[in-house]
Amino acid sequence: MVMDIRAESALVAEPLLEARALRFAAGGQTLIHGIDLGIEPGRRTIVMGANGSGKSLLLRLLHGLLPPSSGEVLWRGEAAGRAARRAQAMVFQRPVMLRRSVLANLTFALKVHGLAGRARTERAQEALEMARLTDLANHPARVLSGGEQQRLALARALVCEPELLFLDEPTSSLDPASTQMIEDLVNAAHARGVTIVMVTHDMGQARRMGDEVIFLHAGRVAERGPLDRVLGAPRSEAARAWVQGRLYTGDT
Amino acid sequence: MFGFGDIMAAALGLILTWDRDLSEIVLLSLRVTLTAVAVACLIGLPLGAVVGAFRFRGRGTVTVLLNALMGLPPVVVGLFVYLMLSNAGPLGVLGLLYTPTAMIIAQTILVTPIVAALTKQVVEDLHGEYAEQFSSFGLSARARVSALLWDARYSLLTVALAGFGRAVAEVGAVLIVGGNINHVTRVMTTTIALETSKGNLELALALGLLLLGLAVIVNAAVMTLRASAVRAAYA
Repeated sequence: MVMDIRAESALVAEPLLEARALRFAAGGQTLIHGIDLGIEPGRRTIVMGANGSGKSLLLRLLHGLLPPSSGEVLWRGEAAGRAARRAQAMVFQRPVMLRRSVLANLTFALKVHGLAGRARTERAQEALEMARLTDLANHPARVLSGGEQQRLALARALVCEPELLFLDEPTSSLDPASTQMIEDLVNAAHARGVTIVMVTHDMGQARRMGDEVIFLHAGRVAERGPLDRVLGAPRSEAARAWVQGRLYTGDT
Repeated sequence: MFGFGDIMAAALGLILTWDRDLSEIVLLSLRVTLTAVAVACLIGLPLGAVVGAFRFRGRGTVTVLLNALMGLPPVVVGLFVYLMLSNAGPLGVLGLLYTPTAMIIAQTILVTPIVAALTKQVVEDLHGEYAEQFSSFGLSARARVSALLWDARYSLLTVALAGFGRAVAEVGAVLIVGGNINHVTRVMTTTIALETSKGNLELALALGLLLLGLAVIVNAAVMTLRASAVRAAYA
């Protein structure tokens, strides 16, 4: 119950990441409307909402891949920059595979993080083992199956030991077995202390993976709270319609 | 008057016996062209990658300029380099006119825009795919450029080949700045032009065949390499 109280009320711990009045507009349209939120360390936050509600956009803004039109993102209380991004990692819906071998995809990420040659290879091999990709180490990454590519993308994200991991619908095109493997890897990372922020449409996955839910609607946070409460007894009309599988076109 | 068959036989004889004059001309051609292409790649690859990967003020102008310079008339480049290197020119003191170095400079000027413009296109496409991942890694601009060039290496081989094709077949610029001096600056294309005008068709044809053969070999080599890279999903 402690977790429920923390999620419903103000943040207890200092937020690892904080968005203040975050707004994003493009093509004369405001897509994210002045969002304020904090991500506490060690939590698993699920971002949900209908298509076009701004989930992926919010993740990109929080991770610093897009500059906000106004507002700011703070990392440990300070303006987030490249250093903050290096303490984070992101896995995209469609994994980006470098035109290199599976192993080289991992060693590249480690090289970017300044790890020296031998340690780099050792750490990469550990990550391959963790992702059950050791046998494919020398294969070109782009010939892997969808599930293997996503596991490699996740291993590449985790190999640099991020404090915060963003996941943008990482299993949306995967079969149940591959989804299970991805979830296991994410849960193992969380058990090691990695904070998780994940976008998903899958309520079953949200229940398995989340501590709390941020529900977005039309670029605004319609509701935020403990997972069981938001999915069990949503307070906003948008979240209620979502949970009940109804189409909702209202403003809030 | 010899017939085509006699001329062809004589030309093949020159090739098969690896005639001394012929070999000297071929080797100088290769030296000049390969050096020019190497220098053009050193300049054009990073230049094209930067223009392809980054948004900056004036990027459109640079792109238009590079594309326009791809079609530089060789004789104009030859004239420009001649004016720079002649005794009255700003670089006349270097004494480079009518040397292979002058020819390398002219060919480099011709080839660099080709390499840069084609590299820009290749890197722009690849960067479109990688951009978010690279930003997520927190990659510096320099690391981004070098990673893009490395991952596009097989496509860039074709770019270098296009530059080689342009340089090795070029005649106007090297003729103006090299002067086609026997045993000094005489390369395949200038020799073909000269010997044809003199009626010495055997040597001209032998060089023409070698030039064609060279183009076919280089193309085949690059295509084979690229095809194997595509099969391995590295290109």
